[in-house]
Amino acid sequence: MRIDVRDVTKRFDSFIAVRGFTLEVRPGELVALLGPSGSGKTTLLRIIAGLEQADEGQVLFDGDDSAAKGVGERRVGFVFQHYALFKHMTVFENVAFGLRVAPAERRMSNTDIKTRVMSLLSLVQLDTLAARYPSQLSGGQRQRVALARALAIEPLVLLLDEPFGALDAKVRKELRRWLRRLHDDMGLTSIFVTHDQEEALELADRVVVMNQGAIEQVGTPMEVYDTPATPFVYEFLGNVNRIPCTITGGAATLWGLAVKAESVNGAVVPPGDAPGFAYVRPHDIEIAAGGAQKAVVRHIGAAGPTARLELEVAGVPALVEVQLSRQAFFDLHLRVGQAIAITARGARVFPAASVPG
Amino acid sequence: MTAAAARTSFWRKPSILPGFGLSMGFTLLYLSFIVLIPLAALILRAAGLSWDEFIGVVADPRALAAYRLSFGASFLAAAVNIVFGVLTAWVLVRYDFPLKRFVEGLVDLPFALPTAVAGIALTALFAENGWIGHILAQAGLKVAFTPLGVVIALVFIGLPFVVRTVQPVLQDLNKEVEEAAASLGANRFQTFRRVLLPAILPAALTGFALAFARALGEYGSVIFIAGNLPMKSEIVPLLIIIKLEQFDYAGAAAISVAMLAAAFVLLFMINLLQRWSRARIGAF
Amino acid sequence: MAATRALAAITESPKVRLALLLLALAYILFFLVLPVVVVFTEAFGRGFTYYVEAVSEPDAQAAIKLTLLVAAIAVPANVVFGVAASWAIAKFDFVGKSFLITLIDLPFSVSPVISGLIYVLMFGGHGLIGPWLDQHDIQIIYAVPGIVLATIFVTFPFVARELIPLMQEQGTEEEEAARSLGASGWQTFWRVTLPNIKWGLLYGVLLCNARAMGEFGAVSVVSGHIRGFTNTMPLHVEILYNEYNLPAAFAVASLLAFLALVTLVAKAILEWRYGHELAPVHH
Repeated sequence: MRIDVRDVTKRFDSFIAVRGFTLEVRPGELVALLGPSGSGKTTLLRIIAGLEQADEGQVLFDGDDSAAKGVGERRVGFVFQHYALFKHMTVFENVAFGLRVAPAERRMSNTDIKTRVMSLLSLVQLDTLAARYPSQLSGGQRQRVALARALAIEPLVLLLDEPFGALDAKVRKELRRWLRRLHDDMGLTSIFVTHDQEEALELADRVVVMNQGAIEQVGTPMEVYDTPATPFVYEFLGNVNRIPCTITGGAATLWGLAVKAESVNGAVVPPGDAPGFAYVRPHDIEIAAGGAQKAVVRHIGAAGPTARLELEVAGVPALVEVQLSRQAFFDLHLRVGQAIAITARGARVFPAASVPG
Repeated sequence: MTAAAARTSFWRKPSILPGFGLSMGFTLLYLSFIVLIPLAALILRAAGLSWDEFIGVVADPRALAAYRLSFGASFLAAAVNIVFGVLTAWVLVRYDFPLKRFVEGLVDLPFALPTAVAGIALTALFAENGWIGHILAQAGLKVAFTPLGVVIALVFIGLPFVVRTVQPVLQDLNKEVEEAAASLGANRFQTFRRVLLPAILPAALTGFALAFARALGEYGSVIFIAGNLPMKSEIVPLLIIIKLEQFDYAGAAAISVAMLAAAFVLLFMINLLQRWSRARIGAF
Repeated sequence: MAATRALAAITESPKVRLALLLLALAYILFFLVLPVVVVFTEAFGRGFTYYVEAVSEPDAQAAIKLTLLVAAIAVPANVVFGVAASWAIAKFDFVGKSFLITLIDLPFSVSPVISGLIYVLMFGGHGLIGPWLDQHDIQIIYAVPGIVLATIFVTFPFVARELIPLMQEQGTEEEEAARSLGASGWQTFWRVTLPNIKWGLLYGVLLCNARAMGEFGAVSVVSGHIRGFTNTMPLHVEILYNEYNLPAAFAVASLLAFLALVTLVAKAILEWRYGHELAPVHH
């Protein structure tokens, strides 16, 4: 199923939750809506599901306007953040619910319902727990019941609101992979909401980064991580150092590396001198004897697959974070307090006017 | 630390807080003198009768008629209250309307208004020349001084119970559960019947049982409107008083014991319902 | 409208909403509003002067005084009991706690008529210790002590059942801290516990008092209906009503109805302003 969201705007009193939002989701795609809380991502998901009505704009399913279709008629499976399981029903009855409330002419026989529910439960590996009540399940199990329940109505679209938000780290990782497989096997078109960048980058075909109800950037995980379109995306996705600099003649020099400044968010690079910010990822900083910038090591965190250093650099208010491979770190024999020199391998520069906060 | 504070016993956990002996002693003493010993006196008096005498009093036709009226009217009144109580709780939790706070506070009126006042007010309203009574009289319906009047008084007395037990449950009910049902294709009625109703049912039944129990023992609001004709519109509490006025202490005690037994069975059922309700709502 | 149609599955349509609202309001109107209105209209039906006379004639005055006296004894007695019982139950762990709570709630399950009867069977002329009382010339039944006892019985659980859940919710940490800082038992109670429970206590007192002043059935059994001596306000209402003196009956009833309304307002204010300092059932 192809989903077109066109110019959708939603207001709650004076607060604009979603503003002029346009997005096209291709059949079979798994798309992540990523943004901080209050960025409008859940509202947008609820509009697509039909749980909220957009004030302006349309949502099209395979080209058909959905406005007149109620939430129950859209064949949309919705998985709620806190699962919203029916507490007084067993796992089996929870999953069977959508089949039992179908209009009489489409309703399955009890035996068919039983077969369908049990096959869904074995799909989510809960067939042995069919007679349990939700309160007797762990968080991860509840999550899978919620999924099986949503899948029971054979949705064309699966919408998930913070699907892994309430789970602990280990379960979250497992479920994530499992959801990806499920999505591919069933040929669904899925959209999920998350504020966890790692989750979005690992799971989604495309990531939609949202901020204040609008899109900051849409792209594959590689695209949004490697070439963030705006300072907001830079700061929201992955670790980054923000270094104040001066733009002269459309470019700035960061630690010996000349970088062309980019216009963004309506902030145009001025022809003359102007303040700007350079964004450089921790793994794009090199420690080299001939580096253009002097720095002092202030903190070393060497446990784990990579080593993390914090450096004091003249003219930079916060400590600068550097990421090194374990090998490189041991070769350098660094210690706290040591004076070193650094260069940047790559960076982006934006006019200061474009940077939030 | 004093020896008394450090002392532990087999039936209570040690604590550094003082005053257990004093407060517990006073509690038990007061409870015994006010409640337990007088209740024991009642049972003792009834026990003075032989089994046949006891059955003779408790199962006498006039008493049976009184039970029928008391249980029947209490059941009907509680049934009216469970329907309208759930409705009122729903409206108070889900809708906004003018004077909502006023209605909210007024629901507890039957707890605060003396029953005698309620009794004469309802009688005045439902008498044949009363504001409501004369409309009903035109429709050929006589309420005051009939068993129907008993039901009206008992509806009033039991009104807050269902509202007050269902309201918090509705308040805590997650809106997402209803949305989940809708997204799975349920219409509003299906959502109510299959999702909302089962969720509020234990609370509603608890309210029903509380209203029923309260109605069974009610006296003040009923006697003004009931007519009080033996075999017809005479409730059990009134029968107890009549026996007392005839100095038939043993008879009064015997019927009281029968009513107490019914009340305790109800109390037990209410406890079970509340346990069920808690298990339903569960720990998540 | 497409919008309302599409959302019909998660809210009721405006028509259904309106119908449900009107139905609920009709129920409230017929069973709660009209009874109160009728009390006041009947009370002032013969004018204000008649009303003032009705509530100030000697028998009415005696009934008002007796009602106040009974409440002035019964309420403090149950406050002392409620505080003691909730202290023992909420601050300590012991075997049989839930059984004790059930016993405290017991009077609520007993018919008011039976609540009066038990004292007649204890202290009445043919009662358990009636003959002994007669010998010593002590009158309890058909006298003020019996009315007080019956009133204490029917209002017995009010304060305790408000305070027990409240104090259980509050736990014992603050008291333990006070003790560890050197406070005595009474100091701990007055300075730590009491300030924490004051609104809950007031709430319980309010309900206890309303019932104490309004109790009819239990008091009716033990009072003997002696005009000017053992008549409380509700009993006086009954006598006037049975004498077909309706305006006077409603005049006295209106005082009780006014008390009920004041109680409801005070209760609503407590729930609204101090809801989180009341027992968990109210918030």
